[in-house]
This record gives sequence, structure tokens and C-alpha cells, in this order.
Amino acid sequence: MSVLEIKNLHVTVETEQGVKEILKGVDLTIRSGEIHAIMGPNGSGKSTLAYSIAGHPKYTVTEGEILLDGEDVLAMSVDERARAGLFLAMQYPVEIPGVSVSNFLRTAKTAITGEAPALRTWIKDVRESMDNLRMDASFSERNVNEGFSGGEKKRHEILQLELLKPRFAVLDETDSGLDVDALKIVSEGVNRAHKANDLGVLLITHYTRILKYIKPDFVHVFVAGKVAEEGGAELAERLEAEGYDRYTKAN
Amino acid sequence: MSQFPNQHGLTEHSHGAVVPLQIRIDRPKSTSVSDFPAISKTQDLWRYLDVEQLAGLDADVLGEYKEQVSYTSQQGLSISWIPSTDARVGSIGIPEDRVAAAAYTNASETLLVEINESLSEPATLSVTGTSKTASALHIFVVTKPHVEATLVLDYRGLGVLGENVEIAVGDESRLNLVSVQTWDKGSVHVSAHYAKLGRNSLLKHTVATFGGDLVRVTPISTLSSPGAEVEMNGVYFANSGQHIENRPFVDHAAANCKSRVTYKGALSGDKAHTVWIGDVLIRVAAEGTDTYELNRNLLLTDGTRADSVPNLEIETGEIQGAGHASASGRFDDEQLFYLQARGVSEAEAKRLVVFGFLLELIQRTNVPEVIESLSKVLEEKLGVN
Repeated sequence: MSVLEIKNLHVTVETEQGVKEILKGVDLTIRSGEIHAIMGPNGSGKSTLAYSIAGHPKYTVTEGEILLDGEDVLAMSVDERARAGLFLAMQYPVEIPGVSVSNFLRTAKTAITGEAPALRTWIKDVRESMDNLRMDASFSERNVNEGFSGGEKKRHEILQLELLKPRFAVLDETDSGLDVDALKIVSEGVNRAHKANDLGVLLITHYTRILKYIKPDFVHVFVAGKVAEEGGAELAERLEAEGYDRYTKAN
Repeated sequence: MSQFPNQHGLTEHSHGAVVPLQIRIDRPKSTSVSDFPAISKTQDLWRYLDVEQLAGLDADVLGEYKEQVSYTSQQGLSISWIPSTDARVGSIGIPEDRVAAAAYTNASETLLVEINESLSEPATLSVTGTSKTASALHIFVVTKPHVEATLVLDYRGLGVLGENVEIAVGDESRLNLVSVQTWDKGSVHVSAHYAKLGRNSLLKHTVATFGGDLVRVTPISTLSSPGAEVEMNGVYFANSGQHIENRPFVDHAAANCKSRVTYKGALSGDKAHTVWIGDVLIRVAAEGTDTYELNRNLLLTDGTRADSVPNLEIETGEIQGAGHASASGRFDDEQLFYLQARGVSEAEAKRLVVFGFLLELIQRTNVPEVIESLSKVLEEKLGVN
């Protein structure tokens, strides 16, 4: 059982208009096996939270803590965080020219576990995960994210989630740009990883439709850089019916 | 025109506006140094270099390389020094610039490499410099018709070398020529290659440059017999203070010939500078020509500079295809973040990207010793700035 704690997190970002505070005191606790949905209107700071947990250099933490089983995550470099068991499925995965998917996956797996995976089982695992995500075998010979469609990029993110077996995954708008079939395939992947590894999930989304396939234990409504309301799955249903107006008007 | 998909961080140059200063075949040729003006940056041929960087290779009098050159004999291969007055010398190509002319004039002997039968093993000529005395070397490679061979020119040590390499590929022959420059720091190497391809012959020509303060190679492939095919590849990595310049030229003079020019380079560290000028000329007679040239550069740090200029002159419309692409991109913070977010350290991330970018061209040489040693050199270069 692991626990990821976010305490009073304040994060700023440099903009052309100067330094801007995006997160204004976020508190969240996620335990192994729990699925937390973070919902909120555009610009509320959802993605900033995701990138701050992963350690993107663009974001500066000015106050607060992130702890993974008591360890100070903010003191870790980006790759140390990943090796500690944190995973970020990105909304806009970048292209890496010249690096094939198969080489990339093997390098990442080696980095995470500290040793090269046994070839035979590794090939089988990759094959199986790709089959599950309806990815063609030719995929592994393509360069990372190069010329991938939106849906292929998201499947590739979830493929990594399944193979790298993190303790906690932050999914940053993984549902955006997916049609219903792709959404289902990707959601099944998340559910498999959740079940197989007792994964803790922080599911960031603007819309409720992905929650039909991935059932959250907790829903947090994010407004203006803070958690404005928390509840169970029923809160998502209410958002579906009422939207975010109730919160944004109050601000 | 590009057959390659758009990539993150890679931007197409606006090379449509680049006009060669003169028609490529009108460029003056001479074996005499005095026929060329003193080198200056105002000349298109030398615009990216300071004359001091040439370390004396533009002088009237140079030393000669002979004992610096070593080789082993094998079945089907004959190597000997001949006087440069021999009629063969200069028959494939003569200098188009002052440094090549100085090297031509000062090399009193020429190393004649005759490939008389197909070679079962790659042949290697090792050139190992031992001083910074500006010196000259002339190599003449000739293959008989219907042979298949691999020849490696391996340059290392500390040297300042001006050079001409003539390559005569016989009819129906296949020659794989690999020129590897892993000179020590302080070295300067300016080399002009002239290749002439026989009917239905194939030349694979690779220039791999990793070491040396200044390495400039100007390979010319003349496709003057029908059905000839040339593959010109280049791979390079410039660290801080290194200048690596490649100016390949394909002269399509006969019908139904094919050329593919692919040069890729990485740059890392302050004032790492690479230059690629790729010329292709399709003459009136060269109907059915199929050509494509590509240059890509990967900028790993700030302070690097990659110049890249493709030039295409077409004198006939009756061709199969003619294209070019040039793109320089940087390994940016977002790519680094993505790889780090998967547990990969910064050093390993750079290694992954650079190997992915350059290894394919190294592997295309098909010479195991070259692939192995250059992979090691690449590792070393990734460790320094």
C-alpha cells in the first residue's frame, strides 16, 4: 500500500505578462488502488497539477509538498520521480525522431526497473499489451509519436502505463480527441493496469464521458487552482447535468 | 517536395530562394595553385571558414604523406606508389579549389589502389598523422569491371592534410567506399573526392567525420555512363570548436542514372559548426534521372550552428524525379521531459536520441569494424561538450 500526498501546493508559471500563480493551495491524498477524478473547467489548473507532479521545469512550486510514501517528491528530478513509481500520461506526447517505439519502451523499462528486461518475456508482454490496445505490430518499428494520430498517441501512452507498471498514474485528459471506440480501448487499458498493479489513478478530465468506462472512487472539482468540491461518483453525475457554471459563477 | 513527414522541432529551410553563385559546371578547374585566388571569406567556396583554420593547406609548398599511410595486402588487391606524372592521375577529376590544387601539385607520388577481383574482406588504408606540418596526399582507386569490394579510408592521429582522392568505378562494379575521420584535436583535413562511375556500376560513398578541428570533404560523383547509381552518405558529430564541412556534388551527365544523397549530423557544445552544401546537376543528356538529396541536423545544445544549403540545377524536364530536403532541429526541452518522465536520465535520453539519429547511416556502411568503432566514438563524444 502506497500513498501519494499533495499538501497545500502552490505553483506559478512564467508568462509573457509575468509570473502567474496557477495552483493556489491544492490538497489531495491518493492511495494505492484508488481512482480519483479531477474535473474542472478549462484554465482551472488541472494540467498544471499533472505537470507539477511529474516535475516539468516550466512550473515552479512556491509552497507546499508532494510526498510519495513520505518521500519528498519535489526534491527528485523528473526521471527520479518516474523511477519512484510516478507516471504521467500526457495530453500532447511529443515526437522523438530517430527513436523507435520498441527501443524507447525497452530503454524506459530498463531505466525504471534498473535492469534490462528478459528478452523473451518482454517481447511477449509488449505483444500482448499491444494486442489488447488494438495496436498493429508494425507500431513498434515506428519512431516515437512520429506521425501518430491523436488516438495512436493516447494508446501509446497507455501501452507505457501497462508495461512500466507505476504505482501512481496521472492521466492528463487522456480522453480528449478520442472517438467512442478508442475511448473504450484506452479505458480498458487503464482498468487493466489498475487491477493488475493496484494502481492509484489521478484521472484529469474536462468531460464526464470517460467516467462511464473508468469508475472513480472520488471526484474532485477543480476551480481557479483549488479543489472546490469533493465527493463520490455521484458528483460526476451532477456535473454532467449542471456543468461547471455553479462554481465559476461563485468566483 | 519532402517525402518525410513533418516532425516536432524540425523546420524546413526556405531553400527555394537559394541561388548558386555560378553554374556548377562553370566552376574553374586547375592543378595549379596560382590559378586560384588567395582564399578569403568573400568567396562562396570558403565563406564559412577563416583562412587561419586551414593551418597552411593553402600554401604553395606542402610536405607529403607517405610513411603515414599503411595497408595490408589481400587477394585481388594491388596497392603501390606511382609517380604523379602517370597519365591516370588527374584522369577522373582535377581540383576545383586552391587547397585541392596545392595538394595536387605537392603530392609527387600517388597511392594507386587497384581492385582487380571482388574482395572477400573490406580493405583498409590507414592514414595516421604524426605532426601539424601541412602535407599533401593523392590516392587513386580503380576497380576492374564486374567486381564487388569495400574500401575503408581511415584517418586518425594528429595531422594537417590536403588531399585528392580519385575513384574510378568499372562497368558493372559495386564499390563501397567509406572515409572515416577520427582525427585528434588540432587536426585539419581538407579532402576532394572525384568519382566516375562506369555503366551500370554502383558506388556507395560514405563520409563519417567525428574528429578534427576542421574537416572539409568535397566529394564529386560523375554519372557519365548510363545506368550508374550512386549513394552518397554522410554522418558527422561536431563538438565545441569543431568545424565539419561537407559539400557533395552529383553530376548527372548520362541517361537513366540514380543518386541518393543523405547526410545527417549532430552538434553539441559552444561553436560547434557544421556546413552542408549539396549540389545536384541534371544535364540535358541526363533523361530519366532519379535523384534525391537530404540533409538533417540535430542541435543538442545552444551555441551550435548548422548551415545547410541544397542546390538543384535541372537542364532537362525528362526525368524520373528530383527532390531535396533540408531540416535542422533541436533536441528540445519537451523531448527531454518526455523521456525523463519515463525514467530515462538526461544523459541516456541524449544518447538514445543521437544514436537513433545517426546510427542508421553508420550501419549502412556494412563494415562491422567501422560500425563498432564509430559507435564507441559516438559514446565518447556524447560525454563531452
